[in-house]
Amino acid sequence: MKPDLSVTIAGLELRNPVMTASGTFGYGEEFAEYVDLEAIGAFVTKGLSLKPRAGNPTPRIVETPGGMLNAIGLQNVGIDAFTEKKVPFLRTVATPAIANFFGNTIDEYAEMARRLDAIPEVAGLEVNISCPNVKQGGIVFGTDPRCAFEVVTACREATIKPLIVKLSPNVTDIVSMARACADAGADALSLINTLTGMAIDLDRRRPVLANITGGLSGPAVKPVALRMVWQVAQAVALPIIGIGGIMNARDALEFILVGATAVQVGTASFINPGAAQAIVAGMETWLAENGVGDVKSLIGALEI
Amino acid sequence: MQFKSMIISNVEVSPGYWRMRMTAPPELPAAQPGQFVMVRVNEAIDPLLRRPFGIFDVGIHTPAQTGAAPQPYLEMLYRVVGKATSMLSALHETDLLDILGPLGKGFNLGSPEEEKMIVGGGVGLAPLYLLAKELVKQSSVRLFVGGRTRDDILCITEFERLGVECYVATEDGSLGESGLVTEALIRRLAACDGKPRIFACGPHGMLNAVAGIAAQGGIPCQVSLEGYMACGMGACLGCVTPGHRHSGEAPDYRCVCADGPVFDATELKWEA
Ligand SMILES: Cc1cc2nc3c(=O)[nH]c(=O)nc-3n(C[C@H](O)[C@H](O)[C@H](O)COP(=O)(O)OP(=O)(O)OC[C@H]3O[C@@H](n4cnc5c(N)ncnc54)[C@H](O)[C@@H]3O)c2cc1C
Ligand SMILES: Cc1cc2nc3c(=O)[nH]c(=O)nc-3n(C[C@H](O)[C@H](O)[C@H](O)COP(=O)(O)O)c2cc1C
Ligand code: FES
Repeated sequence: MKPDLSVTIAGLELRNPVMTASGTFGYGEEFAEYVDLEAIGAFVTKGLSLKPRAGNPTPRIVETPGGMLNAIGLQNVGIDAFTEKKVPFLRTVATPAIANFFGNTIDEYAEMARRLDAIPEVAGLEVNISCPNVKQGGIVFGTDPRCAFEVVTACREATIKPLIVKLSPNVTDIVSMARACADAGADALSLINTLTGMAIDLDRRRPVLANITGGLSGPAVKPVALRMVWQVAQAVALPIIGIGGIMNARDALEFILVGATAVQVGTASFINPGAAQAIVAGMETWLAENGVGDVKSLIGALEI
Repeated sequence: MQFKSMIISNVEVSPGYWRMRMTAPPELPAAQPGQFVMVRVNEAIDPLLRRPFGIFDVGIHTPAQTGAAPQPYLEMLYRVVGKATSMLSALHETDLLDILGPLGKGFNLGSPEEEKMIVGGGVGLAPLYLLAKELVKQSSVRLFVGGRTRDDILCITEFERLGVECYVATEDGSLGESGLVTEALIRRLAACDGKPRIFACGPHGMLNAVAGIAAQGGIPCQVSLEGYMACGMGACLGCVTPGHRHSGEAPDYRCVCADGPVFDATELKWEA
């Protein structure tokens, strides 16, 4: 018998728990040649804002051992161009598309949630509260539980769609951040976003990235991500989407074991554009070989 | 396309520069000059990202053994600069590589009556051989190739075999003229009585100079750029370069992998 891979998260019924992560899968279309989009659970679009954003100067990315740093600066087409040029493609795919978004102020976050709520092709919303350029001085929405509560409350009032909050790992207490989002009415949590890091060009005695620092992703971040998912799963009742360094089915299943209901595949799609689909297939094989009939039975099944 | 490719040969053609021939799917010989591939050097996580390389040549390889079927091939010309390229240079015949491509937008070949001027610097020659191969079918083609020393001047005989007239310049005078190859380009442009068209690939400083010369003469000019790439397909937005309207207040970025790597020189922002 084929194992059952279906899961429900934030009210979204997914044929399997594997999604692609924001910023690593374009608007879906870019990958259509390499992935059967209907073989994966869901895909998440590049982070959107009210106005188009140009992003940071180059160099914007650099490879580091086991990972990469990026300082793209949230370049995106903006909500109007998204609605006009990207949404028609979403209509052609029978896989839920989740829109990742951010704002500079609480009002902008709420306005984005309202605009996305009105787009039928958007199945769910993922609020990115880890962006570095916000009004109240730095990444305050993603690092201060009170600000996170306010911004999620405002988004919650603006949408009836599934509302997922994506957390930053750059905090001392991830659990209090998660609790604040749960209290504000989030339906699910995604963790983690990238870890702030640096790369140095010793010979030129300069930082490699024009932005000086960037976000670390890839296999190097997996242990941190697993720890955070595990801690939050212990403390908060919301379903969790595990993200960070997932390269293969075993990595994905580890996240499910520590308490994730679903996972997102990020950097791996750059290396192998069909990574998410391959992870679904590998998961199915692992479950079958290990006599697990239903992936849901593994959620949080870690033995300690 | 994503495919597994088997190395047919991998040889050092000049100190630090290697030429690799490998098997390719039947669709690959239709790649446009200027397109590139993303190569995964090994299965491990270090190096993690694929590396971009221009398509040097494509064709059909007839194995030496009698009876063996002809096989489409792909060639790359690469310079060893760091981790991934060192690993590439250590690979042998029958080793396998995982490749994505052909990716990006190639050169616009222009019209037959134009005199085609190709300008290459060092390993920037890589995407220009396939271009020359196509261009000689319809126009007269001249190659202007520059490098620091004679070791940086690659594959001239291959170009000559196509019937391309080659002008060589090295900064240390060890081969051809001493100085910058753009001098030879300027002289030829002055002597050209027809309509010229320029194609260039090489270090940014050289492209900047060529774009300036073209702008001054009102000559159509395309350049092939490099960018630090993660995905090669327009998803990560890591590889961008400033477009001609770019300014600090109003940024205008173009994606090198998906909008390029070949751009019309007038589309881009150049230093004055
Ligand atoms: C479209 C395109 C086509 C290219 N075609 C060729 C080619 O035909 N032949 C060839 O020899 N080289 C080509 N390059 C450059 C080649 O990709 C880099 O030299 C290679 O990625 C370096 O890898 P590495 O691990 O050896 O070096 P690393 O150890 O990663 O770095 C060494 C140096 O190479 C630079 N570098 C690293 N990655 C890239 C990258 N993705 N793009 C540009 N520079 C980089 C770094 O800034 C550093 O200074 C091309 C680049 C692009 C973007
Ligand atoms: C190039 C790049 C761009 C990203 N852009 C976004 C974004 O717009 N919004 C967001 O919430 N996360 C963004 N991320 C973070 C990823 O979605 C993901 O959380 C992170 O990369 C960790 O997962 P990974 O190790 O599997 O890549 C980006 C990551 C990368 C590498
Ligand atoms: S390399 Fe990813 S967008 Fe160009």
